[in-house]
Amino acid sequence: MTDPTPALTAIEAAAALPSFLSPELASRMQFGWTISVHILFASLSIGLAPFIVYFTWKDVRTGAEQYARLREFWVGIFAVGFVMGTVTGIPMSFQFGTNFPRFAEVSGELIGGPLAFEAKMAFFLEAVFLGVLLFGRERVSDRQYVLSSVLVGVGAWLSGFWILVVNAWMQTPRGYEMVQRNGQQVAQLTDPAAAFLNPRFPWMYVHMMNAAVIAVSLAVAGVAAFFLWRQRDSAAWGTALKLAVAILLVSAPFQAVHGDAYARHVEDTQPQKFAAMEAHYDTGQADLHLIAIPKEPDALTDPRAENLWTVSVPGVGSYLASGGDFDAEILGLNEYEENPPVAIVFWAFRFMVGLGFLFIGLALWGGLLAVRGRLTDSDRYLQAMMLASPLGFAAMLTGWYVTEIGRQPWVVQGVLRTEDAVSTSLGSAEATATLLGFVVLYCLLLAAFLYVCKLLVEAELARVEGREGDGAADGSVWSRVPILGSVAGGERE
Amino acid sequence: MVVSGDAYLHPQLPEIWFGIVLATLTIYVALDGFDFGIGMWYATRDEEHDREQFLAAFGPVWDANEVWLVAFGTTLLGAFPSAYANLLSRHYLLAIAAVMALLLRGVAPELREQREDAAWRRTCDRLFVAGSTLSPLLLGTLVGSWTFGTGTLSLPAVLTGVVVIALSLTSGAAYLAAKTDGSLRWELARYGQLATGAYLASVVVLLAVVLALDPRGIASELLSIVPLSIVVASVGLAIVGVALARSGRHRSWFASTLGLGGLLGSLVAVVLYPSVYPATGLTVAAASVSPVALNLLTVLGVPVLLLVLGYFVYLYSVFGGTVDAEGYGE
Repeated sequence: MTDPTPALTAIEAAAALPSFLSPELASRMQFGWTISVHILFASLSIGLAPFIVYFTWKDVRTGAEQYARLREFWVGIFAVGFVMGTVTGIPMSFQFGTNFPRFAEVSGELIGGPLAFEAKMAFFLEAVFLGVLLFGRERVSDRQYVLSSVLVGVGAWLSGFWILVVNAWMQTPRGYEMVQRNGQQVAQLTDPAAAFLNPRFPWMYVHMMNAAVIAVSLAVAGVAAFFLWRQRDSAAWGTALKLAVAILLVSAPFQAVHGDAYARHVEDTQPQKFAAMEAHYDTGQADLHLIAIPKEPDALTDPRAENLWTVSVPGVGSYLASGGDFDAEILGLNEYEENPPVAIVFWAFRFMVGLGFLFIGLALWGGLLAVRGRLTDSDRYLQAMMLASPLGFAAMLTGWYVTEIGRQPWVVQGVLRTEDAVSTSLGSAEATATLLGFVVLYCLLLAAFLYVCKLLVEAELARVEGREGDGAADGSVWSRVPILGSVAGGERE
Repeated sequence: MVVSGDAYLHPQLPEIWFGIVLATLTIYVALDGFDFGIGMWYATRDEEHDREQFLAAFGPVWDANEVWLVAFGTTLLGAFPSAYANLLSRHYLLAIAAVMALLLRGVAPELREQREDAAWRRTCDRLFVAGSTLSPLLLGTLVGSWTFGTGTLSLPAVLTGVVVIALSLTSGAAYLAAKTDGSLRWELARYGQLATGAYLASVVVLLAVVLALDPRGIASELLSIVPLSIVVASVGLAIVGVALARSGRHRSWFASTLGLGGLLGSLVAVVLYPSVYPATGLTVAAASVSPVALNLLTVLGVPVLLLVLGYFVYLYSVFGGTVDAEGYGE
């Protein structure tokens, strides 16, 4: 005799397993994961756009073959990245509703407008003119073609503008009042200028756009270094490396100086986040921990002055945060009832800053080599740049973890807590299932993207090694780009 | 800023925005609909050459078409936040499944061209067809559940998904017929006529089911003059479309299928109004954001929306004409 209800008990057992995450945690992980993947592609578009405009302009203007090739190669990467950005971006625009409907209702008036402007002003511009840039070389005039590349770039940068208007409002909400509507407390827009040109916005916009430029410059430099490492006399990739290093020489030091002032602004406007960034528990004078190394494993999960070896400068935390006062009182985490996960914020911040200084070092090293005319000769430098090529994206992501996890437990600082924003009708099983689905799907997507990049690089490598400089126009990388291949006519050779 | 906080720029501004929200959804269904149609008819092609030709017709426009979905979602959020929140949170799995289907549809053809080997291409092709079929079905079901206020797995909701599939097959065939030539064009024109019949049949079945089940007492509403004239106009336009398909005027036929999408969108608007989310009884007037927010949306958003329509005219004029497997040619 068997158990009459084996199926039922199995379901009950599964439901009792701790393997289902709470709807809140699953929703937060899902949003965090999907935005982390999406922002890689978004920043690729933002950072690559100026390169593409430059290569397109030089190509049309000088007709020099090296610019045509650089443009073709990077437009190929841009195109695949843009498709990935589109398909990963659509879930973003719906998850406010599926997982955080209270957030959509409470702050819809404040965030809905800018998100709608993002779609209408930016996303359309980018998508429509990318179609022309990819498929229209022979169908529009040179002038329209260069203009298309500019409009794609403008679209990418405007997109960042409106998304950061939304995020800046979530950090330092302004220009609203809480009112009762349909039986619920919601934020009503009272002053659009205060809400959308909010004090956080300029800090964020400059920091993020520059981060995207740094990340892409490092990637361009790494790819160029790879080709040069295989073929030293490639004119096109020598030009690309020089350009990327020149951009890094400006953007990397600027990011450090700007980031320092930005941190001061965060201390002013979000003292709790600032305290988490410094693991500063007791209100009072704050030291600056230049370098922090865990003394014991606990420090990884609960960093505090006593379990860290630090290189610290007494009072300089206060000095920097206050803009000149060594004894300035900095609010400590003990003042708050609930804090963000300090360890993540503390270590993510250090990871980002450490990488930032590494980038400055790499830029200066490259600058020095360039002055001596040996930029493309140094094996060590080329290898270092290849290794560093993904690190700009890593720094950008960890910077966002500081910003977003550092704002917890709030989704809108001081207005709405994350736990109150989550859907009440969402079950653990559903939320966990879709989280798993997104994890699997986006891992496949990332793998597919890297695979396509590998194929594009291999195709270019064949040209760099085989036919460098002989002006051959065939075998273009277009032929390896999906869809484009069939359209651009290189496919059936 | 020329935005006053005291009153709407126009007393009916919430109604106007209700119209704009549904117009963005309608444009999305009409434009990405033909992309879905291309993806579904793709399943009927065995020849590599034909498949390449279908993908070439789809290539330069699908991404821009898909942005209308984002425009719809964010405009709904910006103008009627509680309708956005209810629509998506009450259809959690359906909405997530729909965006995943869209993801497959977008990525599969990109990956397909990467490798020559047949097994790889077959897998990518299957994913492309599956994504192109599931997307209109799931999105249509979502819209049906929203419109009729019945919940996800109701008959009217699923039938709305079927209606959107049939419409996509019709416009997809018309677009492909306008983009190809020779015998392929006439084969597609024949498919398109069958799809038109299926579309009309599915609309009739949907309406009959709604009249029979009478969710939230809308049967009497449906039998009034405006919805009935929309249905009659759809039948008329479908007949015109078939005539155009037969006479070889395939571009005009394609335009008429966009008109069918427009009529379907206006039917949804008429059935919904004055509610913006029937399941909660939320009306357009009650769910609308404050005058400051809606006026701002109007002053900044409407001119840009008109500009976007201009971009689309430009895009479709650059990529006018027919394609072959190599693309648009010179």
